[in-house]
Parts: sequence; structure tokens; C-alpha cells
Amino acid sequence: MRLTCPHCGERDLREFAARGSAVVLSRPSAGASAEEWADYLHIRDNPAGEARDLFYHTPCGLWIEVTRSTITHAVIAARPVREAKP
Amino acid sequence: MAELIARTPAHADLPQPVEIGRTRIAEVVLGPVTWIAPFDGQEKAVTAALRAAAGVAFPKPGQVTRKGSVRALSVGPGQALLIGATVTPDGAATTDQSAAWCALSLSGEDACAVLARLTPLDLRPSAFALHRTARTMVGHMTASLTRTSENTYEIIVFRSMAHTLVHDLTRAMRHVAVRAAL
Repeated sequence: MRLTCPHCGERDLREFAARGSAVVLSRPSAGASAEEWADYLHIRDNPAGEARDLFYHTPCGLWIEVTRSTITHAVIAARPVREAKP
Repeated sequence: MAELIARTPAHADLPQPVEIGRTRIAEVVLGPVTWIAPFDGQEKAVTAALRAAAGVAFPKPGQVTRKGSVRALSVGPGQALLIGATVTPDGAATTDQSAAWCALSLSGEDACAVLARLTPLDLRPSAFALHRTARTMVGHMTASLTRTSENTYEIIVFRSMAHTLVHDLTRAMRHVAVRAAL
């Protein structure tokens, strides 16, 4: 698989560390219930289709949010996490 | 400034250049190195300050800006290493990183074949042209790789990785040489 680092351009997967679902960017608000926190921490969708995942580009240090298809393995988009909206 | 660490980073592992097969590695003494990271919206001002003091612009991603023996190497989002001069422009976070990096130059006809064993980077001239630089992996290490001539690459890693870099490179050089001799 090849991913596009927004800073470095298209690179091999070996340069990246997979860091799980991008759902961790949507942190519950301070007053959230225990149930919401349990969802946030433990419950993950398993979509057939478009999924958003976090990757860390080890050499340049950029966290990126990758939109990809779990059906075709196509990589649709990648953007720096600092620009991602929760 | 006093030079407190008198020995070069690769001194113990590479006291002199080594030639194996059709490749050669030699240590590059970087001299003063300053890490520069402009604050938000300050890149133009930093470029102006660098131009005035050292004749180089703040590099764009993958770019090396050069003037005489001074160069500025892009090393990450909004970050560059200024090598060969000391400038600490306003509007940027700066750190003196002289003696913190180990630089080796790998040259020769098989240099690309040697690197291909160690890095996932696309080294074809169309993808990695002369005087382009890239943050990538060399073996297990993160490194800055720069093409300094058609068959010469400069590899910069943390000083603490000097031993591993020399080991990985000489090993790959031996392997390429052995295959070429078959």
C-alpha cells in the first residue's frame, strides 16, 4: 500500500505506523456520560466501504487522517490531523 | 563557540572513507547546524532574514536551498536545518544542533542499488531529482536523504545512530559488491 503524506508526498507503507480509527479525534465533551466514554474508548464500527484511519509518518513526524475503502483498498484522501475537524 | 565535542560523530566507526565494490562512504563534517521552525505565518519573514544573513531561503518541502557552503534542508513540516552558518531569525523557534547529527556521503555507480536495500524511497531520478531531499527510513532509522550528484547521496541521522548507519551501509555495500562479482 502507498499513502500520500501531505508533507512528503506518496510513500511506501513501511514509513508509516497505523494508529487506529480516526474516531479518537472526536473526544467526548467534559460532561459526557460514562456510556459515551465507553463508546468512545471501546466501540468501533467495522465499515464495508469508506473508513477513516490515523497514520503516523515516522520520518517527518506528521499525523495524518487517511480516508480509504475497506472494500477496494483504494486510498481516497489524506490530510494532516491538525487540519481535521472533529 | 567552543567545540566541546572534538571528535566527529562517525569517528569511531568510519575513521577514513571506505570503498567496497563500486561504492564509497565518507563522513561529511556539517559544521554549525541550526534547526529552524518558523512560527505560524512567519515563513516569509524568516526567509527574508535567512536571505539577508546567509543567502538562502527557507526551503519548501523536499527542497534544499544553497548558497556557497551554506544550505538549508527541509526536514519536516515547517522545519529546516540550516547547515554551514548560524542564523537565529526572529519569528522562528531555533535550536543549535551542531554535533547532534551524523552525515555520511554514499557515492559510486552502485550507490542507488545499495540504498535500495535500505530505504523504501523511490530513488529514480524522475522521483528524486538532483538536490532534492526527503525524510525517510534507512534500515530502522529515520533519516534525511539528499541527492547531491547523479550518483552521490548524503544521509543524515541522529549522532547516536552513527554506528548503526555505518554498519547497515557497509553491510549493504558488501552484499551489492558480492552479487556484482557473481
